[in-house]
Amino acid sequence: MTYRLIGKNFTPPDLEAKVTGSAKYAEDFRADGMAHVKFYGSPMPHGRVKSIDMSAAEKVPGFLGALLPDEVKAPAPGGFAILHNEPTYFGAPILAIAAETEQAAADAVAAVKVEMELLPFVVDPLDSLKPDGPNALSGGNVAGRGIDLQEVKWTGKDFALAGDDRMPMGKAAVEWAFGDIEAGFSAAKVVIEESFVHATNSHHAMEPRSAAAYWENGKCNVWGSTQSTAFAQPGLARMIGVEPSDLVFVAEYCGGGFGGKASSYPLMALPALVSKKLGGRPCLLRVTRNEEYDNGMARSGFQGYAKLGFAENGRLLAADVFVVQDLGPTSGFPDFNNVGNATVMVFQPENMRFRAVPVLTNTVPKGAQRGPGENQTANMLEPLFDKAARELGLDRVAIRMVNAPGNGGEGAVYGKDRSNVTSAYLREALEQGAAKFNWAERSAQSGMRNGSKVRGYGVASAYHTAGSNGFDGLVRITPDGILHVHTGIGNLGTFSYASTSRVAAEVLGYDWDRVVIERGGTLKHIPWNLGQFGSNTNFTMTRTNFVAATAAAEMLKEIAAATHGGTAADYELKDETVTNGTATMTFAEAAQKAIEMGGKYAGHEVPEELNPMTKGAVAGVAGTGLVAAAKDTLPKDGTVPALAAGFIEVDVDMETGKVEILDYLGVADCGTVIHPQGLAAQVRGGAIMGFGLATTERQVYDPAYGRPNAKALYQAKPASYLDVPETLGWDAVDLPDAQNPMGMKGIGEPLEGCASAALITAISDALGGHVFNRTPVVTDMIVNVANGREQSHKPLATNTV
Amino acid sequence: MDNYGPYDPSVDYSPGPATREVGPEGDKIKPWKPLHMSRRNFLRGVVCSGTVIASAGFLFSTTSAARADARAVERMITLTVNGKTHRLDVPPNETLATTIRYRLGLTGTKIGCNQAECGACTVMSGGTTIYSCSTLTHRVRDSEIVTVEGIASPDGTLHPVQQAFIDELGPQCGFCTPGQVVAAVALLNKTPKPTVEQARMAMSGNLCRCGAYDHYLRGVMKAAEKV
Repeated sequence: MTYRLIGKNFTPPDLEAKVTGSAKYAEDFRADGMAHVKFYGSPMPHGRVKSIDMSAAEKVPGFLGALLPDEVKAPAPGGFAILHNEPTYFGAPILAIAAETEQAAADAVAAVKVEMELLPFVVDPLDSLKPDGPNALSGGNVAGRGIDLQEVKWTGKDFALAGDDRMPMGKAAVEWAFGDIEAGFSAAKVVIEESFVHATNSHHAMEPRSAAAYWENGKCNVWGSTQSTAFAQPGLARMIGVEPSDLVFVAEYCGGGFGGKASSYPLMALPALVSKKLGGRPCLLRVTRNEEYDNGMARSGFQGYAKLGFAENGRLLAADVFVVQDLGPTSGFPDFNNVGNATVMVFQPENMRFRAVPVLTNTVPKGAQRGPGENQTANMLEPLFDKAARELGLDRVAIRMVNAPGNGGEGAVYGKDRSNVTSAYLREALEQGAAKFNWAERSAQSGMRNGSKVRGYGVASAYHTAGSNGFDGLVRITPDGILHVHTGIGNLGTFSYASTSRVAAEVLGYDWDRVVIERGGTLKHIPWNLGQFGSNTNFTMTRTNFVAATAAAEMLKEIAAATHGGTAADYELKDETVTNGTATMTFAEAAQKAIEMGGKYAGHEVPEELNPMTKGAVAGVAGTGLVAAAKDTLPKDGTVPALAAGFIEVDVDMETGKVEILDYLGVADCGTVIHPQGLAAQVRGGAIMGFGLATTERQVYDPAYGRPNAKALYQAKPASYLDVPETLGWDAVDLPDAQNPMGMKGIGEPLEGCASAALITAISDALGGHVFNRTPVVTDMIVNVANGREQSHKPLATNTV
Repeated sequence: MDNYGPYDPSVDYSPGPATREVGPEGDKIKPWKPLHMSRRNFLRGVVCSGTVIASAGFLFSTTSAARADARAVERMITLTVNGKTHRLDVPPNETLATTIRYRLGLTGTKIGCNQAECGACTVMSGGTTIYSCSTLTHRVRDSEIVTVEGIASPDGTLHPVQQAFIDELGPQCGFCTPGQVVAAVALLNKTPKPTVEQARMAMSGNLCRCGAYDHYLRGVMKAAEKV
């Protein structure tokens, strides 16, 4: 299929603001009389507030008011509080103070006297599962999506049988299976059995989660930093305690989210609640890097075990996977579910058992981080495929191709229910990448030594779901002939708010120069869209824009028929006109006519099935032109998989442990490529984030006091210019998904996991196949292996090394 | 920095010899503690570690009435930003990022870490890139400051670096972009035809969590063909 706009590069309209500094992030807005808010963070990982003495704080010149924990709604057990009476992590906000200046607010916070009782705390999930282990929350130590807060303790026997080197496996909170794993293991030529650890790591978005708010005429106005504009609004309204229709939400730019700002979050609500107490006076909460670390988000870590049985040709006959998720102090994000699902999707095991237990810890709150669960799966399991390939004498790409779903997803299944997938071309991605990377020839140089450096090669795959359905689209043609695409997608930096809008322009045959994207807040009359997370945007919101533009096209034809006679079927769209060959109307004329005709043509009547947010948006623009809103009811009967394969070449210095990345290629299965340059940026950016995940990023806590010890960027360093090659390669399978009208599906997340896992396998390759069973692989671990020394950490310890 | 302890409300932290009265009881403020936050120690802290500001925990962002006192003369400075000269009352402990963002309203300069790690606050001082979050405004009072807002021509024509960053889809989330733009322009001002390696080194003080390094570098090299 040939498109005019789809598959072509373009300049997203917000780019100029980004390079000139005029882009306004949440903290760049100002209001007259703005007060400053600071909060008192918990000085201990788990405690109970016994008393709060505000007397000295209130005397600080400029003090305006305080918000105490009893004044805000407490969440359900395992929920995420705005202010904490029983803080469950270090730095958790206990109270907030507003003052005339930020300095005064800080001075007042410093003058508050909070008396606290230290409660038992835990930073290593396995410690909490021990028979006498501490619970992170007063009510228990296990929770999670679909799992009520409860106490789970394993027996001393569970731990004793496992010993130090093997993952103990007691009662699981989640268990499912298909097939007969014992039969699979019996038939296997090679069985790999390993225990492993995946560290937690911070999101470290460059922009801390600052927010500001004020109240006016009963409405609350919030400037916030979020990945998702429309989707974040109702949750934020709930936290603030207003009807969604009474919350004006502005989020034009988001300085990095990576899942940590997927929707709304407690700190975004804090200035609004303080402002309410001050009678609506504007309040600004500037969040520091330290506060962002404590109250931002982190990827969940895992301690786990896998037993994998392979046939002679490398086919995965049986997989037995057990993971303990470090959930942090709230019910967090169900990364554990994604471990099971990703194992099925990427490796398509014939028989499988999956067990998991998500354990609460008094560590930084955990949220989704790019490929939550799926990318850890790649890092934990891909090295085991390398080990199997070595034992079977198979090529490392070949063993992955034997198992990878391909040919559009023929025969491929997803998850415990082994349900349908809409398309899958991972095998093709591996094949295409191996050819482009020249894998066969280059990987033969594995182990080549140059001074202290040894060459290594790596390959890996990763997956994430990549699309949803049921959301709304809204487009509008004004009497000047301009197409307005209203979008509730956030501005995360993938530019998918723009690329998905191009679908509407494509359907209507518009010149891109004559399209305006209405975005950045509820004042822009945005439709109900899913959040910009989970690699879903390209699939989900191309569908919403497609159905809205299709509705607009139908209206244009009906208006032309009403004006010039005949039926709508007699007309077609051509060069921004609607014509039956003899009579022609410009879109501008049709928009004017729509206003005159009113009713459904101008937004005065809307389809009943639309979400209330969309109905409100339509009401806001009714009468301004041709207004077309529609709900995505297109068919979808399977999981949409985003899949990716990564290939990497490294030199590992055996004396220093430094890993130099020489070359990288990422190949995406994202359906039809919508924006090549944007995809290239995601392939490369995802890879770079993956390099940090694989080698440098981790959280470390002092086990004696529960204090986080690696808070700064240099202590858990994201990759810099000097850590990555000058250029990184990218490619795409570029075959359409069957259940998207233009074939698109998302891709953002697996692009990180395939790169991080490829890097880990490449380091192992350089070390002769040594399997670390720990992510990240830091330099001292490499030096220890190179020198034949024991590692300095216990095999299953986490959060403390 | 031994005396760098927790906040003591009875201490006047503002540099200078004066004592003054505050509070309803009219308590005398204790004399200034020279080692607590003297300019020398603060500067030394900034130079040595860059983490002093962060450990203090907060920006010295605005001037409360209590702090704008008899030492105002010492605080008046002339600061030239983007070619425009400002006469400003700036406390000696205020960082340049604070002055730029909150006093002059130039919010293009971002504060990502406030501890000299990320480079989002990069501006030029006398043509050299500095982290404005970890530079005291008084320290650069006599130099020409250029922020991201001063990079394009007054008529709005983009600098070749800005145009190349657009063409190469440099920014993703865009929060680090102002710092990347300033770092790239400073490089090309001094080294109009850098090698890729020189560009990498020059830009290496600017982190990008989105990982857009490849695209920014392509932008720098493309811009180098046009300056």
